Amino acid sequence: MSNLSVTIGSLRLSNPLIAASGCFGYGVEYADLVSLDTLGGVAVKGLFLEEREGHPPQRIVETPSGMLNAIGLQGIGARRFVAEKLPELKRRGAVVVVNICGSTVDEYAEIARILDDADGIGAIELNISCPNISKGGMMFGCSLEGTHDVISAVRRVTALPVMPKLTPNVTNVASFAVAAEEAGADAVSLVNTFLAMAIDVETRRPRLSNVLGGLSGPAIRPIAVRMVHECHQAIKIPIVGMGGIMTAEDVLEFMIAGATAVQVGTANFVDPLIWDKLLDGLRAYLDRHGISSLADLVGSLELEERTPACKSSS
Amino acid sequence: MPVDVDAVVISNTKLSDFYNVVAVAAPDVARQARPGQFVMVKPDKDYDPLLRRPFSVFEILRDPAGRVSGFSLLNKRIGVTTRRLYDVSPGERLQCLGPLGQAFESPAADQQAWMVAGGVGLAPFLTLAESLVERLAGTRLFYGGRSADELFYLETFEALGVKLELTTDDGSRGHPGLVTGPLQRALDETDKGISVRLYACGPTPMMQAVTELAATHGRSTDVSLEQVMGCGLGGCYSCVVPVAEPGQPTRFVRSCLQGPVFDGGRIDWDQL
Repeated sequence: MSNLSVTIGSLRLSNPLIAASGCFGYGVEYADLVSLDTLGGVAVKGLFLEEREGHPPQRIVETPSGMLNAIGLQGIGARRFVAEKLPELKRRGAVVVVNICGSTVDEYAEIARILDDADGIGAIELNISCPNISKGGMMFGCSLEGTHDVISAVRRVTALPVMPKLTPNVTNVASFAVAAEEAGADAVSLVNTFLAMAIDVETRRPRLSNVLGGLSGPAIRPIAVRMVHECHQAIKIPIVGMGGIMTAEDVLEFMIAGATAVQVGTANFVDPLIWDKLLDGLRAYLDRHGISSLADLVGSLELEERTPACKSSS
Repeated sequence: MPVDVDAVVISNTKLSDFYNVVAVAAPDVARQARPGQFVMVKPDKDYDPLLRRPFSVFEILRDPAGRVSGFSLLNKRIGVTTRRLYDVSPGERLQCLGPLGQAFESPAADQQAWMVAGGVGLAPFLTLAESLVERLAGTRLFYGGRSADELFYLETFEALGVKLELTTDDGSRGHPGLVTGPLQRALDETDKGISVRLYACGPTPMMQAVTELAATHGRSTDVSLEQVMGCGLGGCYSCVVPVAEPGQPTRFVRSCLQGPVFDGGRIDWDQL
C-alpha cells in the first residue's frame, strides 16, 4: 500500500492535497459532497479581522484555459469563523489551514492570536499576495521588508505552523521565499494568482468590476511550476505548490519540482469530486514506478546532464 | 443532495436559429429537482471553456412507465458553452452537477401564481406550472419574446391550464412591446382582495421593472437571477447578489446557495 502522507513543519497530512483558499468557501459548503477528512487539508477563504463585503459583481471572467477573479476577500471575519465554521470543520475531521489577511502588520498578528486561542486549527496561511484589494495583501508580499515584518509579527504570537502565500507578481519569487524562511516561516505556499485583465471590446469596459483580477487555472501552471522549482533551490523549508492543477500528473509535476504538498483551487470549481480521482492517480503512479512513499518524490527533479551523445555540440 | 453525473444526451430539439432544448438521461438529478433549481453543466472535458455554466431545469422527463428518466435544458445560443449545446448530438455526454440552489416557494393555497418570463427566462417556469397543476385556477404566464417564432411551448403551458399573455418586440404575436404592458393591465384589473404571487425570470431590466411595477400594486415578486457563476456550490463567491433586508446595509449574498430565487424587493438593483 503506497504511503501518500507528507509533513509540513509539525503538521502531518494524510496526503498532499489541500483545497486552495478562496476556492472552497469555508469548507463546510462542500462537507455533504466531499468527505473533508479524506483531503490532506482545507485552506479556508481568506479572513480579515472584521467582516468584509468584497467587490460588486462581476467578480469572475473566464479566459483561455483559466479564469480571472476579483472577489475582494468577502468574508465573515476571524471571530465569526472560529465561532460558526471551525466547530463543524473539526467535527468532520478536516485539517484546517486558515488563510488570513490584514491591512496592517498588527491586524495579521491580532488574527493569529485569535486563531492560536482556538482549538482545531492545523496551520495559518498568511495571505500577503492577494492582488485584488487596495490595502494589505500583495502590498506586503511585494516588498521583502513587508514580507519579513508580517511573518515575524505572526511568528511571535503563535506556535501554529505559519505559511506565507507568495505572490508571483514580483521579479524574483525565490528572494521572497528566502525572506520568509529567514523570518521564521515553517513553509511557503505559492503561487497566488497572476495580476491580469480582460476587456469587453464591444463596450470597451473591463470585464471585472475591480478592473484588474487574478489569473488562475491551467493557463498559469508552467509558470507556477518554474517558480516552485526556483524556490526549492533557494530554501530548506517545505513548499506548498499550486497553480492550475487539474490532474494527478499536475500534482506530481509540482512535487517533483520541489513541492511537499499542493493546493487545488480552480479545478475544484470544474469538478468538486476531483479529490478521489487525484488520489487514485497518485497511487497508480507510485505503483507503476515502484515507489512506496510519495514524499520521496519531493524535489526529485533530474537535472543531471544527459549522456554526451545527446549534448549540444556548441 | 446534488449529484454529478456524466449524462447522455437523448435528444437535441432545435426550436429556432437561437433556441434549442437538450434532453439528458440523468434520473438521479431529475428525481431531486424542484422548480427553480439549476444544474451546472460542462459539455467537454477539456479546458476551453474551463468552467461549468448554470442552467435551469426546464422539463422533468419520464419513461413510458412514468418513471423519472432525466431532464431537459432550454438553451439560447449566446456564448461558447451555449453555442456548443446548440449543436450537441444525441449520444454525447454532458457533465451535470445538480440539483442546486433554492427552489421557488409555492404560492399559498389561496394565492394565484403569475409567472413573468422574458426570452430564455421561460426555463424555470414549466416545472413550476406542472407543480401547480392541481390548483391552477388563476395561474398565468406573461411571456415576452422578440418575435412570434421565439415564443415556445405555448401549447404545453395551455394544456396545463395556464392562461397565456404574450408579447413580442415586433408585434408578430400577442401584444406588441414589453411584457410589463399586459402585466400592468392585469394588476390594474385584479381586485386587491385577491392574493397573487409573482415570479419573474428574464433580462435583469425586465425583472427589475416587474418587481417595481408589482410593488406599486402592493404585490411582491420572486425573481430567478442568472449571475455569472464559478462553481454553483458556494466555494468561489463570484455569483453574489446585492441584497438589502429592511433597515440593513446591502450585503453580497451567494446566488448559488441562497438563490437563484430572491425576493425582488430585497435586491439592490443598481448594484446588480
